[in-house]
Amino acid sequence: MTLTPRTAAAKDPGADGSRTGAQIICEALVREGVEIMFGIPGGAIMPFYHAMWEYRDQIRHVLCRHEQGAGHAAEGYARTTGRVGVCIATSGPGATNLVTPIADAWMDSTPMIAITGQVSSAALGTDAFQETDITGITVPITKHNYLVQNVEDIAYVVKEAFYLARSGRPGPVLIDVTKDAQQARTIPRWDRPLRLPRHKSVCELDRGAVERATALLCGAQRPLIMAGNGVVQSGASAELRALAERTGIPVITTLHGKGAFPESHELSLGMSGMHGWVHVNKAIQECDVLFNVGGRFDDRVTGKVSTFAPRAQIIHVDIDPSEIGKVVPTSIGIRADARAALTCMLETAPAGNKLEWLDRIRANQKQHEPHQAYRRRPETPTLMPHDVFASLDRAFHRHTGYRVVTDVGQHQMWAAQLIEWGRPRTHITSGGAGTMGFSIPAALGAALAFPNETIWVIVGDGGFQMTNQEIATMVQEDVRNVKIAVINNGYLGMVRQWQELFEGARYSGTKLSGPDISLLAEAYGVRGIKVERPEDADEAIESAWAHHGPVVIDFRVEREANVFPIVPAGQSISNMMVTATANA
Amino acid sequence: MKTSAGFPRTHTIVALLQDHPGVLHRAVSLLRRRGYNIASLAVGRSETEGVSRMTLVVEQEDVEQVVKQLNRLVEVLQVDDVTHDPTIEREVILVKVAAGGNMQSIVSVALGYGATIADVGMGTMLLELSGSPAKVEEFLQRLSPFGILEATRTGRIAMVRGRATHSAAELMSDLIVAAPIAQSPEQWLSQADGINGTN
Repeated sequence: MTLTPRTAAAKDPGADGSRTGAQIICEALVREGVEIMFGIPGGAIMPFYHAMWEYRDQIRHVLCRHEQGAGHAAEGYARTTGRVGVCIATSGPGATNLVTPIADAWMDSTPMIAITGQVSSAALGTDAFQETDITGITVPITKHNYLVQNVEDIAYVVKEAFYLARSGRPGPVLIDVTKDAQQARTIPRWDRPLRLPRHKSVCELDRGAVERATALLCGAQRPLIMAGNGVVQSGASAELRALAERTGIPVITTLHGKGAFPESHELSLGMSGMHGWVHVNKAIQECDVLFNVGGRFDDRVTGKVSTFAPRAQIIHVDIDPSEIGKVVPTSIGIRADARAALTCMLETAPAGNKLEWLDRIRANQKQHEPHQAYRRRPETPTLMPHDVFASLDRAFHRHTGYRVVTDVGQHQMWAAQLIEWGRPRTHITSGGAGTMGFSIPAALGAALAFPNETIWVIVGDGGFQMTNQEIATMVQEDVRNVKIAVINNGYLGMVRQWQELFEGARYSGTKLSGPDISLLAEAYGVRGIKVERPEDADEAIESAWAHHGPVVIDFRVEREANVFPIVPAGQSISNMMVTATANA
Repeated sequence: MKTSAGFPRTHTIVALLQDHPGVLHRAVSLLRRRGYNIASLAVGRSETEGVSRMTLVVEQEDVEQVVKQLNRLVEVLQVDDVTHDPTIEREVILVKVAAGGNMQSIVSVALGYGATIADVGMGTMLLELSGSPAKVEEFLQRLSPFGILEATRTGRIAMVRGRATHSAAELMSDLIVAAPIAQSPEQWLSQADGINGTN
């Protein structure tokens, strides 16, 4: 009797051309152009992992340390490339650990496929070991999800799922496959056309509305363009720039719009909203036409809605019709891909300038900025967060080929404010969901997508302690191009800041201890640097950049620095605090 | 029912859904998320195979956003708020009343409303009525003095008068097939390069 090695020839179809469901999933992923996926195996997904081994030359699997890390890594990959990120988990806790990244991808319209194993169909609904109703759980946070129990459905479902994830307004789609469906065999049919009746991703541009919008915008005295995530997602930066330059209309961005328009441009005003600049929020309150392209008027952008842009007629371009009119009443709402709309606007937009308006905004800026403490560091020998951001900004001006992933909290806002952003898909952050712990795994995904670039993480000590285990993944996968700057202030800083400003400095549950971060880095087998003096920041960043491997820099910054300006939650964006005691 | 502002307090929404497991959960989840109460929900197969028609009555002044978000669901073919449209609305009720010596009076009430007597048991009568929600409500009130033992209602179903506004067959044949299928990794990479274009 001859023994056949267990893996041999498994990839080849059986004599009848049949394959297992698990092999079909792999094959379908290859057909969708997937080159990498992030995951952790477990009982119910084992058939898939068994089959995956045969496809290891076509699809790289990155074993993460926690499913949340796998999900965020898929997001980081997707956000930097524009392609669909793929993450894998087993049933039960594996699947529920993916819930946070799925919710994050949902809020930030990130194309993602989550594949989860499920208990065998016969055991569904019996509270079997590691059974969780993950399709039920993820209904409100996915574009769509599938519970696949029949091997015949797999090829089609994967195809449809990828189409949904990347079409229209992108987002996460979950495919839950029972173990028996992964094990069963069939001859896959790849030629079944998609059958999506009345599908919402398809939209015809209303050219008449675009022409009216262009006329309204260009005819305005004090117009503003607000660029959101949609501009980045649709790859419309060039069109946006062309429109701004031709018409002379100044551009502001949302947090996710950062990078859509170069901030070094004379027409760039910067970010608006809760932590936007004073002159930008003022411009919104004074403008007569506000053109929001690809943004969704998040409450961090609008502040108190009834007081937002009171003099403005609103033009809103969004690919998702349910966003139009959701928050603010629009004069002209256009359901369109941002790039399609901007291209169409360029057909009729006349050349012009808005110098008087721009001068007024710049005068406002000049009047305010010198008095704003947040723009300059106080006279102190202590390492201020501002020193770190100034050093990082200098480094980003010296180097090319980098992307930055930020986490959530004070450092995220400082990074948005104090670093000059220039290119789309280089500022990656968790915006809508505000997921602490996003940055390190997301950087892992970005680093694998762009192995020739340097991926910087900016993270607080709170977020760092949530997902730093993915540094071990970087080491195992030989990822060398991630540099992590920890803005370590020993607090959950943004909450502490709110407690200081609005709750009588009652620091309830915000004081945070932690390990010696540079030693922890060394324990992971990567380089750790500790920086405690302002004069050491530049050198630390430069040496991290030069080092051929991951580096973690522990910046021990002033513990109670604040992010200013700040609009208190729920208040008008006219009401901007520029110090703990003064308004703009 | 009107509020002081003149807006109807309840809305009637008619939707066409693909007849898949879980589709009702997705639809209802959007209302639950907002804490909207569903006054009634009736769903069943439509005239077209694979399509269900749902009538939803929601106790809420403004349902525009929820209608838009229902529309976003993959398996939802069409959603309309028909509150202000000319519609025919019907409900079916089964009601069991205590019937002792007053059977004759119950029968005359039933006949007056065009109800049928579905069953007569020991001391009970089971009546069946189809009618407008207002008529059904009135019928129940008229019966209540006899002693209502049990009542069950189907929930409201609604249809807009006149021309066919919701042809399920038409919607189902409005397919998208223009999908990027089975692209090679090379194609994707070149697309990604386009997306990442530098400036």
